[in-house]
Amino acid sequence: MPILECRMLTKRYGELAALDGVNLAVEAGHVVGLLGPNGSGKTTLIKLANGLLSPTSGEVLIGGKLPGPETKRLVSYLPDRCCLPDWMNSEQLIDFYSDFYEDFDAARAGEMLSHLKIDAKMRVRAMSKGTREKVQLILVMSRRAKLYLLDEPIGGVDPATRDYILETIIRNYDPEAAVVISTHLIADVEPILDEAVFINNGRVVLQKSVDELRAESGKSVDETFREVFRCWENS
Amino acid sequence: MEWKFRSDLPIYAQIVEQFRQSIVSGKLSPGQRLESVRDLSMEAGVNPNTMQRALQELEREGLVYTQRTAGRFVSEDAAVIERGKRAMAMEKIREFLSAMNSLGYSREEILSLLSEEKEEENNADS
Repeated sequence: MPILECRMLTKRYGELAALDGVNLAVEAGHVVGLLGPNGSGKTTLIKLANGLLSPTSGEVLIGGKLPGPETKRLVSYLPDRCCLPDWMNSEQLIDFYSDFYEDFDAARAGEMLSHLKIDAKMRVRAMSKGTREKVQLILVMSRRAKLYLLDEPIGGVDPATRDYILETIIRNYDPEAAVVISTHLIADVEPILDEAVFINNGRVVLQKSVDELRAESGKSVDETFREVFRCWENS
Repeated sequence: MEWKFRSDLPIYAQIVEQFRQSIVSGKLSPGQRLESVRDLSMEAGVNPNTMQRALQELEREGLVYTQRTAGRFVSEDAAVIERGKRAMAMEKIREFLSAMNSLGYSREEILSLLSEEKEEENNADS
C-alpha cells in the first residue's frame, strides 16, 4: 500500500482549481520531488495531505486512511513558513516536540543542533532566517515518521545551509518512510530524488523515476522541467 | 572521493563510472573496505537508493563484493580489475577515434599523428 495516495484529488477556490483531479501514489523508501512553478498547487497538495484543507472532491489517503489524528502520528510536516513559537529557545523546542510527538528522537535533535553550534539558549526570535529554517528542519527530521512532507525546505537559504539541509535528509533516510519535497529549485534537490512529479496548474503532468528521466532524455531533470514548462507557456 | 555529476546521464551510471575509474587506477586498492551506503551517499550528496543501485552494478561486474555483515570490499581479483581497465581503455579509444573521424582523419593519419605527438613529448622531456 502506498504511504501517500491521491485519487482524483481536487481543490477549488471559487472558479480557480488549485488542484484538478490529481492521481498520485508515493511508496515507502522513496524520496519524491514535487516540482512545479509558483502557484502550481504544491502547497495545496501538501496542506490537503495534512488535513489543513479539505478537498472539494476526490480524496487523499495516508497509509490508507483519510487525514485525521491517526495520520498525523505518521506524518512529519515542514510548512513553507516558520511555525515555531518565537519566544522558545532550541532546548525548549526539543521538550515541546518530545511532549507532542511520541516518535520524536530528542537525542538526535540535540546532536544535530549542537553540531550546527546553535546556542541552546537562543530564542527563535533572535535567530537569523537561515538558522530558524535549519532548526525547524532538524525538529521535523528528528521524528521517526512514515511520511515527511517538506514544503520548500531550501527556499531562501544560502548554499552552505542548503547543502546541510539536503545532507540531513539523506542522513535520516529510512527505507520504511517516504519523503516528499516540494520545490521549484530543481537542480539543487535533483541528486537526492528517486522520483520526480511535475505539477502545473493543479495537474500532474509527469511522474517518473529520475534515473529513467535522465536516461531517456539525456538531460537533467532541471533541464527537462524548463522545457516542459516552456511548452506550457506557449500552448 | 571527489564526486562530480554531469547532467546528461543518470547519476547511478556516473557513480559506477567513477568507482570503476578509482578501482582500475588503484586509487581504491584491492581488498579495501568501502564505506556504508549511507556514508557514501552523504559524501556524494545523492539518494541512498541511487548509491545502492550503483554498488549493485559494480558487484555484478565483479569489481566489488559483499561479505555478509562485514560490508563491501574492492575485488582482490587482479584479472577482473585488469579486464575492467581494458574495457575502459577501449572505450576511451573508441571515443577518441570517433572524434578524429569527425575531423576527417583516416586511421593511418591518426597513427602518424600519434607517433609525431610522441616524438614531441620526448623532445619536450629532454
